[in-house]
Amino acid sequence: MVFITKFARIGVQAARQLRATPLATAQWRSFHITSMLDKERRYTDKHEWVELLDATKAIVGISNYAQEALGDVVFAQLPEPGTELKQDDECGALESVKAASEVYSPVSGKVTEKNAQVEDTPALVNSSCYDKGWLFKVDLKNPTEYEKLMTEEQYSAFVKSSAEH
Amino acid sequence: MLKLSNRLKLTRVRALPGAPRHASSAHTGEGERTALYDFHVQKGGKIVNFGGYALPVQYSDQSIIASHLHTRSVGSIFDVSHMLQTYVRGKDAAACLESVCTADITGTPAGSGTLTVFTNAQGGILDDLIVNKVSGKELYVVSNAAMKQQDQEIISAAVSSFKSQGKDVAVEFLAPSDQSLIAVQGPRVAAELAKLLAPATALDQLYFMGSMVGTVAGIPSVRITRCGYTGEDGVEISVDSSHVRTLTEALLANGTLKLAGLGARDSLRMEAGLCLYGSDIDAQTTPVEAALAWLVAKRRRTTRDFPGAEVVLGQLKGGVQRRRVGLQMLGAKPPPARSGVTIFSEGQQVGQVTSGCPSPSTGRNIAMGYVQDALKAPGTKVELKVRDKFYEAEITKTPFVKANYYNKPKI
Repeated sequence: MVFITKFARIGVQAARQLRATPLATAQWRSFHITSMLDKERRYTDKHEWVELLDATKAIVGISNYAQEALGDVVFAQLPEPGTELKQDDECGALESVKAASEVYSPVSGKVTEKNAQVEDTPALVNSSCYDKGWLFKVDLKNPTEYEKLMTEEQYSAFVKSSAEH
Repeated sequence: MLKLSNRLKLTRVRALPGAPRHASSAHTGEGERTALYDFHVQKGGKIVNFGGYALPVQYSDQSIIASHLHTRSVGSIFDVSHMLQTYVRGKDAAACLESVCTADITGTPAGSGTLTVFTNAQGGILDDLIVNKVSGKELYVVSNAAMKQQDQEIISAAVSSFKSQGKDVAVEFLAPSDQSLIAVQGPRVAAELAKLLAPATALDQLYFMGSMVGTVAGIPSVRITRCGYTGEDGVEISVDSSHVRTLTEALLANGTLKLAGLGARDSLRMEAGLCLYGSDIDAQTTPVEAALAWLVAKRRRTTRDFPGAEVVLGQLKGGVQRRRVGLQMLGAKPPPARSGVTIFSEGQQVGQVTSGCPSPSTGRNIAMGYVQDALKAPGTKVELKVRDKFYEAEITKTPFVKANYYNKPKI
């Protein structure tokens, strides 16, 4: 993750330096860096995921493991835009037939948008937990929090080990 | 009667609706396996530790909602081998069991059965159970898995006490490794089961709460009891554990019936308005408070000889402070109200929800709980506080969906 952050910073610097250079190159570079960031999804031990939209904005959802364990999600309550969240704050809830599950914010920051579609159609969390079923977007207060979360690989191992216990 | 202590291996998920508070925490790891364990795993069962037993909460072929609806429209098979099966035998068996519960077993016709409760000296409910009167000298009892140890102690103590008075009674507790129990529930179950029965078996003469022994799919000495925990017609089949897989496969063979897990079992029993011991009823609740006064048999009200009789009969006459009711949430897209949610009326706390879930059949969020007795009338509006918000609800008659029991026609 340090790797990615450095890369991101270099990217920003590179983009600045490249302002003077032909547009096509700069676009190519920033596109490239953005797609690298998008792929780096991080996870919490409470099964939320975070993806960076840029250096300070992130998008949050719950993992495939979590949606499977919950089953058919029938109700979603998400944090209102403007809400200031600290990392691990309880900020919403998802409910299925069999269980209620709180949503905890994986990062600190201000909520900029909630996914109203998920509140209308909670089943999106089951059908598309990493895409259409995202929960909310947040302006990061402390980007290092993101870096300390589990990588895809670490999270897979975490899920596997907790399933064995 | 189901004990849904689905300890999902997901730290974020709160205790399940209906998790028996007293029983679930003691169990770690996967739990004891029933004879069908390998079969469940092969069939895609998602195994959870439920009151100390490794049982499927659902199967990979269906969501819980789909499984629930399949039970209501067609039929499903549930492994309920974790429940305690007991035989009490001897000519004083009925009197012996009556000494610890509220039923009129003596007056129950042979071949029939009844739901009843074990009570304590304060009239509190120690468990709910089904007693079938096989004959005047033999009772078949099914009670809750999570209360297994306590129930064995209650029955054993009653048997010892009767024996010490020179009475004729003996008890046999069946272990899941020896004897399995599967519940087969739904409108098409009787027709499917009939195909597997020995010729001349009169399943149409077996009414709700009746019990018989027959040959199913070539397996002899199978006990079929017409009862269940879903509100549908159906049976519970007690079978030697060495044959339970053969029996289950035979019932599944033509693809009509499907396997269902604890998840659907819980939402089905909620819709049917049936109590979950440990959530909706417990040792601090009397049958009168629990709206189960009908379990206190007429003769037992006269003989006044069950544990806590004075308290319970006093309440029948003088009333109670709180009463179990059904609740239905109103308004657009409210969250389900589950165990622990506080019930308000005009800003005052008036009770608590004991279990609840979204109802797949009605599309509403339904619940059960206790409210002040004055508020028990159906149609009474209340508010439920879920997390930090208040939602409108009303007291509703139970069951939430029409029961489809196969009752003996009234002459």
